[in-house]
Amino acid sequence: MTSSTTPVLRVDNVWKLFGEHPVLRGISLEVAAHEVVVLIGASGSGKSTLLKTINLLEPVNDGQIFLGDEDITDPQVKPDAVRAQVGVVFQHYNLFPHMSVLANVALALRQVHGQDKATAEARGLELLTRIGLGDKAGEYPDRLSGGQQQRVAIARAIASDPRLLLLDEITSALDPQLVGEVLDLVRELKKSGSTILMATHEMGFARRVADRVVFLKDGVIVEAGTPEQIFENPQNPATREFLARVLNPLG
Amino acid sequence: MPGAPAFSPSGVELDRRRYRRTQGKRSVLISVASTVIFAVVVLGVLFSSSGWPQVQESFFDWNTMVSSVGPILVGLWLNIQVLVVAAIGVAIFGSLLAIARTLRGPIFTPIRLLAAGYTDIFRGVPVLLVLYLVGFGLPGLNLFDRMPAQFWGTIALILCYSAYVAEVLRAGIEAVHPSQRLAARALGLSHAKTLRLVVMPQAVRKVTPALMNDFVSMQKDVGLISVLGAVDAIRAAQIQVAQEYNFSPYVVAGILFVLLSLPMIRLTDWYTARAQKREQIGGAV
Repeated sequence: MTSSTTPVLRVDNVWKLFGEHPVLRGISLEVAAHEVVVLIGASGSGKSTLLKTINLLEPVNDGQIFLGDEDITDPQVKPDAVRAQVGVVFQHYNLFPHMSVLANVALALRQVHGQDKATAEARGLELLTRIGLGDKAGEYPDRLSGGQQQRVAIARAIASDPRLLLLDEITSALDPQLVGEVLDLVRELKKSGSTILMATHEMGFARRVADRVVFLKDGVIVEAGTPEQIFENPQNPATREFLARVLNPLG
Repeated sequence: MPGAPAFSPSGVELDRRRYRRTQGKRSVLISVASTVIFAVVVLGVLFSSSGWPQVQESFFDWNTMVSSVGPILVGLWLNIQVLVVAAIGVAIFGSLLAIARTLRGPIFTPIRLLAAGYTDIFRGVPVLLVLYLVGFGLPGLNLFDRMPAQFWGTIALILCYSAYVAEVLRAGIEAVHPSQRLAARALGLSHAKTLRLVVMPQAVRKVTPALMNDFVSMQKDVGLISVLGAVDAIRAAQIQVAQEYNFSPYVVAGILFVLLSLPMIRLTDWYTARAQKREQIGGAV
């Protein structure tokens, strides 16, 4: 990363404790514009918690998080204003079941960004068409497959052109044959220049799409580098052990 | 973790905590100030109204209040006894009704219909009417020995409140996910055991706040048995009012009823807050 431009996201020595139990222990991380950074690590390593702190869904116990130049952990910052600039996609899609697909995508545009109904729905329909679900705009989420629902959730997250997109294990709840369509969409987002921080268990995908891979263990960044460095030549024994286990579970 | 740094807050974090503390103090000050101003305005308007001296004399006469407390407390003891018996009766009868409404299978159709019709009717009829019909109608049949008014009052309350409680319980039973029933039946548990050991405990937990709310509501409705002539708190107050030509005993009875319900109301709030907290673990929003 170049030091001349401000990164989109800068996490600086972030700590998060649940009671006495530390989940994040001094995490520092930067994500530059148009960069795709992938967090890998076992369940409970702190990936999801880190993503939640960045969207201010979890308050940090120490450290700072900068979105551009703004310290979003400053208590004077309005969390909703920060969240309006960050898109999040969850593991279980979390689409609103009482709204049509189009209404899901257009909701924040209308209620948070103040667009009128026609503008918001035009934008929503354009997005849905782009992800190949234009004909599903009037359907309700429960009529869609898991992969389609997750693609709608991604459309909902990117509808307002967020500066940063957080993807939290977005393929973990999907049937294996549906994972591909969601990952293809993420790859397209990367091509179109989105800045993405994602947690995933899909090592093959991390290898192909990530600009940088970050390995977390017990709330600490053990190793970070290009996919080649991490997957071909991991330096830390913990990284090697983790990769051996996920790449060859029966070995 | 070996070799991992222990947590000690940095300067940034300490600054943030200091800021939050001052914000916290500020909001406490603001809430105290706004409460005081609000109270002063309301009481000011009340006490400066032209009719206040007369109202004070007939509703808040200290001597009458003090002298009426004793008889009203004796009456309140009757209310509490009625309440306890009625609550137990409602728990039993309400559960039976709820289970009857969830019975499956064509053979149970008459029971299901009866239970459904019962809850429909008794949720629609005003409690006062049921009290009159049960309290003055049933003894008229001469089927029973002479019973005191509070006996019929308790029966009427049980009949009314069971209908409400049954509906709440039924909602709880139906809110237990079908997979739970499936898992219990897969283990070989009978329908009855599935209901008793797996479904009901989860159902009751889901609707506990609503049930507690019904209990609070019943706590004050036990005062209605006075219309049958039972000498409860309200009837005792009424007697005092007639003797003194002063309404203050009613105010005393009202205050006592509120005091009676306060513990349960607080308990309901506490339980609801705890349940909500448990569901929201790991979420700040």
